[in-house]
Amino acid sequence: MSTMNTKEALYNFCLRLGDNNLILGQRLAEWCSNGPILEEDLAMTNLSLDHFGQAEFMYEYAAELEGKNRTADDIAYLRNERGYFNSLITEQPNGDFAFTMMKQLLYSTFAKYLYETLSASSDKRLSELAARALKEIKYHLRHSSEWVIRLGNGTEESRIRAQQALNELWWYTADMFVVNETDKELIKAQIITDLSGLYPKWKSSVEETLKLANLTIPAHGHMYKGGYDGNHTEHLGHILCELQYLQRAYPGAKW
Amino acid sequence: MSTKDNQLPLWEVFIQSKSGNPHKHAGSVHASDKNMALQNARDIYTRRGEGRSIWVVLSENIAASAPEDEAELFDPADDKVYRHPTFYRVPEGVKNM
Repeated sequence: MSTMNTKEALYNFCLRLGDNNLILGQRLAEWCSNGPILEEDLAMTNLSLDHFGQAEFMYEYAAELEGKNRTADDIAYLRNERGYFNSLITEQPNGDFAFTMMKQLLYSTFAKYLYETLSASSDKRLSELAARALKEIKYHLRHSSEWVIRLGNGTEESRIRAQQALNELWWYTADMFVVNETDKELIKAQIITDLSGLYPKWKSSVEETLKLANLTIPAHGHMYKGGYDGNHTEHLGHILCELQYLQRAYPGAKW
Repeated sequence: MSTKDNQLPLWEVFIQSKSGNPHKHAGSVHASDKNMALQNARDIYTRRGEGRSIWVVLSENIAASAPEDEAELFDPADDKVYRHPTFYRVPEGVKNM
């Protein structure tokens, strides 16, 4: 494999964190004006904006590390699918409301443990950004858990929809814990720990919530992986089309 | 067309802007229980840093005076200017008056 120095690895890692947020934020923004009730419409756009904010901080740091005078916007708008390192679960379509909340629960639980770990990173900037994001993430987790529990214990239809969401999304969860070359370099440099070690904590937390929601984790299936290496599902290209259209069609256009 | 309100129950939201201040009515939200009402209130009424604390109460639990009673309830206070503490000087250091 290619040799990656620590700075390049940290740059890639910041892109991963930023991309998770940008793509999930873009998905949540798709709910704008389509929420099941006005209150939830606003709640989801709030979540979306939190994610965009977190993406921006990470891209700004990435741009500084890169040192090529690029901006956070350049990083967001001028990369292709293969240059995106978000986890596969974040790019999955919203489906119905139960699907979106289930996706948020699975991701936000992961993000909570990830950012808790990163807030103790030896890289000061990374630890500060992580600590700052953690407050928002805890709220995202609370909001999505309560909805999943509510839907699982609601009507027969809401329970079935929540269960179907879990059945489908479960196979994208292992992808969040993949350790690649980027991780290995950063572990060696003692900037991050082996993040696959977060899996048991994530699993038991998710299991606890799903138990309260009266939902069952599917037993057999294939785990999809590849997001951190830029190997995506067919959905990412479509998201980028919409997200990047303006800057691609009118380079440098300003709001 | 049916005029039945098929939304979730209505809750009134009270926001405290900072510790020590009274909670003030901010508006209302629809929610199926207390927890959801608090979260919805948080997402709708504290987006711009307006609050440090939230109260929610089911709208139907609020007893309100009747508009037609307005005159007899409130007009008698109009000519009782001596009830206003405007004849006193507020000591320095007293806040929120």
